[in-house]
Amino acid sequence: MLHATGVTKRIGGRVVLDRVDLDVVPGEAVALMGPNGAGKSTLLRALAWLSPPSSGQVTVGETRLPAASPGARSQMGVLLHHTFLYESLTGLENLVLHARLHGVADPKRAAGQWLERVGLTLFAHEPSRTYSRGMQQRLAIARTLIHRPKVLLLDEPYTGLDLDGEELLSGLIRQFRDGGGSVLMVTHDLETGAAVSDRFIVLVRGRVSGEMAAGAVSRAGLEELYRQGRAKP
Amino acid sequence: MKYLAGLLTITWKDITAEFRTKEMSTSMGIFALLVMVVFGFALRPGAEETVAVFPGFAWIGFFFAGLLGLSRSFVSEKMNGAMTGLMLAPVDRSVIYFGKVAGNLLFMFVVEAVSFPLYIVLFDVPAPQRPGSLALVAFLGTLGFVAVGTFLAALAANTRTSELLLPILLFPLAVPLVIAVVSMTRAALTGDFTDTASWWRMLVVYDAVFLVVPWLLFEYLLES
Ligand SMILES: Nc1ncnc2c1ncn2[C@@H]1O[C@H](COP(=O)(O)OP(=O)(O)O)[C@@H](O)[C@H]1O
Ligand SMILES: [Mg+2]
Repeated sequence: MLHATGVTKRIGGRVVLDRVDLDVVPGEAVALMGPNGAGKSTLLRALAWLSPPSSGQVTVGETRLPAASPGARSQMGVLLHHTFLYESLTGLENLVLHARLHGVADPKRAAGQWLERVGLTLFAHEPSRTYSRGMQQRLAIARTLIHRPKVLLLDEPYTGLDLDGEELLSGLIRQFRDGGGSVLMVTHDLETGAAVSDRFIVLVRGRVSGEMAAGAVSRAGLEELYRQGRAKP
Repeated sequence: MKYLAGLLTITWKDITAEFRTKEMSTSMGIFALLVMVVFGFALRPGAEETVAVFPGFAWIGFFFAGLLGLSRSFVSEKMNGAMTGLMLAPVDRSVIYFGKVAGNLLFMFVVEAVSFPLYIVLFDVPAPQRPGSLALVAFLGTLGFVAVGTFLAALAANTRTSELLLPILLFPLAVPLVIAVVSMTRAALTGDFTDTASWWRMLVVYDAVFLVVPWLLFEYLLES
């Protein structure tokens, strides 16, 4: 599970995140929505302790960050705008690298299995430089999941995926959640968001403006939350 | 154990990529050869003054070649945010630094091992009297250079003027190392080790300092 209280981030004197409270329980997927520049990516980077919050607390699983952050990192799967791929390494080598860094048993086997799951077996030995954006995204998805994390942080993970790829990712997210994992996913797409999430949280100007159950979510409802968030002083 | 495995994984990654692209080895190798050509015009093989300046120009060649390698060292980490991917690994983040140091050290050793004998033969310098000491000096000198250089390369990689910043920071910091390593190389070549005890100490202390400081600061350098 993922638990955050009072997460605040100041960048160059500006408050980008303002006392964000957040809870994602095991077996729950939460979609994070909000206008461009709301601070969604900054929040994910803060939760992953890549760009630590100026104040506030983050707990991943049983571990409070950053005290034992290496341990907490092993429980997190993080997919941001960047793919984190090495272009001169092959798809297989990229996965083996991350499997090894995360101490996965038999990294080569795990890498081979994940390549197959994301449909890249045929391109296993091609440098990732030669992959299309969608193929790179598939590889990045495999990289995110290869060490069996408990918490997933996904920033617009559908970027570049074709229809098959979208379906594949939705399936993986559902499977992950049903297996007891916690998912926090930034998305701009209401339908894909609703298809895999239980709950929507709306972030506007660095603050949580409100939330909705996935069943009750509507465009009009979201727009209302955006408006309310902007209207706050 | 996990620490060492992480370190070796990062070194393995750099070596694998280098074997494929030959990016660093070509520029480093060409530079080491160019140094030889340039000094070949200026110095007469076998002459007394050639033997006298030989340790100096050999290390100029190695350190400039090393600089070229170091300046490319974090290029692949900048692309696609790959450094962030490494930072997500559940190990102390100083493994990234030490993994990179090990790789850079290896690349520099290869360049030195190939070009040093070549320099000796072409400039008709007497073969080293104390090859064991020479190897130790080369190891300590290269380690110090790579230790400070890798840290500064990581620091410079986050700036827009990284090509300029790295040499500007590195060369002044490397001055004491260059002086010590050149003196020690001369001693190892001639077999005359009088008054060199302080140079040995200096090399060891330099290496220790520039391995410990990055070890303490590297995580801080990565987080923003
Ligand atoms: N490194 C940075 N330096 C300066 N401003 C930043 C930095 N990162 C984010 N910001 C600012 O923080 C705000 C939120 O950015 P971001 O989290 O990327 O928004 P979102 O992902 O919701 O579109 C933006 O106004 C952006 O300008
Ligand atoms: Mg964003």
